[in-house]
Amino acid sequence: MKHKRGKTGETVLAYVVLIVLAILCLFFFYILIINATHSHAELQRGFSWLPGSSFLDNLKSVATDGNFPMFRGILNSLIVAGCSAALSTYFSALTAYGLYAYDFKLKKVAFTFIMAILVMPTQVTTMGFVRLITNMGMYDTLLPLILPSIAAPSIFYFMYSYLESSLPLSLVEAARIDGCGEFMTFNRIVLPIMKPAVAVQAIFSFVGSWNNYFVPALVIQSKDKMTVPILIATLRGADYMNFDMGKIYMMITVAIVPIIIVYLILSKFIIAGITLGGVKE
Amino acid sequence: MRQKSKHIRYAKWGYLFILPFFVAFFIFSFIPLVDTVRYSFFEYYQSGIKEIGPNFVGMANYQSLLDSDMLKYAGNTLILWLIGFIPQILIALLLANWFTDIQMKIRGKQFFKVVIYLPNLIMASAFAMLFFALFSTNGPMNSILESLGLTSEPIDFMGTTFGTRALIGLMNFLMWFGNTTIMLQAAIMGISPDIFEAAELDGCGSVRRFFSITLPLIRPILTYTLITSIIGGLQMFDVPQILTNGQGNPDRTSMTLIMFLNSHLQSRNYGMAGALSVYLFIVSGILCFLVYRITNGQRDTGVKTERKHRKGGAKA
Repeated sequence: MKHKRGKTGETVLAYVVLIVLAILCLFFFYILIINATHSHAELQRGFSWLPGSSFLDNLKSVATDGNFPMFRGILNSLIVAGCSAALSTYFSALTAYGLYAYDFKLKKVAFTFIMAILVMPTQVTTMGFVRLITNMGMYDTLLPLILPSIAAPSIFYFMYSYLESSLPLSLVEAARIDGCGEFMTFNRIVLPIMKPAVAVQAIFSFVGSWNNYFVPALVIQSKDKMTVPILIATLRGADYMNFDMGKIYMMITVAIVPIIIVYLILSKFIIAGITLGGVKE
Repeated sequence: MRQKSKHIRYAKWGYLFILPFFVAFFIFSFIPLVDTVRYSFFEYYQSGIKEIGPNFVGMANYQSLLDSDMLKYAGNTLILWLIGFIPQILIALLLANWFTDIQMKIRGKQFFKVVIYLPNLIMASAFAMLFFALFSTNGPMNSILESLGLTSEPIDFMGTTFGTRALIGLMNFLMWFGNTTIMLQAAIMGISPDIFEAAELDGCGSVRRFFSITLPLIRPILTYTLITSIIGGLQMFDVPQILTNGQGNPDRTSMTLIMFLNSHLQSRNYGMAGALSVYLFIVSGILCFLVYRITNGQRDTGVKTERKHRKGGAKA
């Protein structure tokens, strides 16, 4: 009896802690969205817990602001994150398959090498990177934000683990006997099998690229090529106090709400995907 | 024999398939790394529109970094990381333990997981901008505190060292505790239920079970989480950069190493940026080696158990 009561107490405590943490996680986003619906004048009067009526006005003033082209930024971010996600997942899957299904002399060296650079921060090579892309004539273009994602060690590791658990080599053998070429085998047979892994990693890669700030801020100069995080940083650096606060909250909303919506739709899938690879960036 | 000839025939496909990865790595990581290391030995910076150097200066850049505030920024980075990491790992352990406790039967686990993981996907720069707006002296947080009667004067959160560091720590905590909880929960669920059942039959309480069974058995994942978190902490940039507008205010007490690197890169001081990168490269190299040891260790044991199974199967 005593044992059982102890557990009930602990369960109540667990719920209290969980609810407090859940509120803490949502609280700041609640204020953000509420404030994005108020006009500057309303916001100056103090915080209100209820939504206001200026949502569309704020959205319109964000959309028409030439100094902070948020929607252009979102388009740029979509291009960069979309291409990065596609390249990183496709080539990581290809690399993983190459190392998993074939036997060759340098196989072990190549694998060990990728595992060694698995969590290497990109910041340590950034200086040389910026110089290199300047010499290659890619400074202030979106390409240097996309192309390096072909080599994504952590996604490779995830794909490799997935192949180990779900691709029987007999299937590859069967495809060969049927006269299917090696490259075709990968595209038509292996890739569809890897679909769940590709989807999960595409999401994480997309989000990572969407949120990336350090390198893009050093590469992009012109306003019409800026991605969302750079625009947010420019906003922070500008003479903030003279701004329409409703508009500022709307800009932040526009930057983060699309990801929240996608996340809520795919949450079950994403939560399950976190632990599959066991590697966080 | 047939096996062998087959491998030789197909080997070129293996090389071909891994080629794009290594080409991309070579161009976009290896060449920049060599370039970075090379210029770390040169005096090479931009002064106005004039470019000074490159003049070979040996280890001078490394020495002048040691004489600069680099170590102070390293200390800041460590403190900021600890403020976020300590609550993160404690809360994550607690939640993971509750989520996996069969006797407790927490309802809505999926809902809670979705909510606590949410901040991890938020753009760190936008999150920091949001905190800057919310916690400014005339912002909503002060407005709320005043309306609750908790303060009479607006609090200047970002005017004090403690306030700024606490805000950065809070953001890092919020962004990572959900992720860590889910990782640790998976690790605990990987422990054989037989062990827990046996412990329960022996009258082992939940506190004792946590310290004597769960904690030792998830130690590899805990170590992994610790080291990857240190690597993440070393790279801390977006949140303090945006929150303090790159200044690390007040008095550079929230300036991190990468913010320092960023300021050298912005001012195009290639020599100093190079030397700082090399310092960071050495530290992260050591950490990478540790991660490699852990992940590889797991992989090895995984292979071993699989082999054992196979052997057993053959015998039967």
